Amino acid sequence: MIAIRVQEEDFDLAAEAAKLREGATGAIATFTGVVRGDASLSLEHYPGMTEREIARHVEDARARWPIQGVTVIHRIGHLPPGANIVLVAVASAHREAAFRACEFLIDYLKTRAPFWKQQGGDWVEARESDEAALDKWR
Amino acid sequence: MTLLYFAWVRQKVGRSEETVDLPQGVSSVSGLLAWLRARGGGYADAFADPARLRCAVNREHTSFDAPVGANDEVAFFPPVTGG
Repeated sequence: MIAIRVQEEDFDLAAEAAKLREGATGAIATFTGVVRGDASLSLEHYPGMTEREIARHVEDARARWPIQGVTVIHRIGHLPPGANIVLVAVASAHREAAFRACEFLIDYLKTRAPFWKQQGGDWVEARESDEAALDKWR
Repeated sequence: MTLLYFAWVRQKVGRSEETVDLPQGVSSVSGLLAWLRARGGGYADAFADPARLRCAVNREHTSFDAPVGANDEVAFFPPVTGG
């Protein structure tokens, strides 16, 4: 099962993980990104390109590891401190594929999926370290 | 062609989307960028420093030397900051 969603609404980690258990056995790795600090974020994206870009990397992950299911949810709009931003969940028979695919997907999502964050009226700058994180997948 | 602007590019330009005829003599993203910059005002500001910009043609990341045609959708934006 592959699910990719861009939405304003919050997501429920337990409910999303439960969906991945249907049919999948062995291991489920999840990553949840949360708004840090004490300032709200505002997120916009490029509808149409975002979903396609995430789907491309999910396919790439499936070619690299034996994956049973993937869920990627990215929120947009106004997100207060402590709010969920993004969920990447991967189901596989074994932990290594689940962990690695999960990390691969969030690394690519951060550097390739067309989202832009604004915090306290300023646009958040992209970080070199995020781009450098891709080196381990090349 | 359709032009899309995101984040501070959108704010500086003052709009998120517009339709323009492929400018005469423009055949690449960099040519288009130079044409946009030459419009002056918010465009000159938004497109002043190409090193701060990224682009996509028909919803795929590409370099500035990529070709553009009359029916393309071209987007300009800062480096992405999702996740």
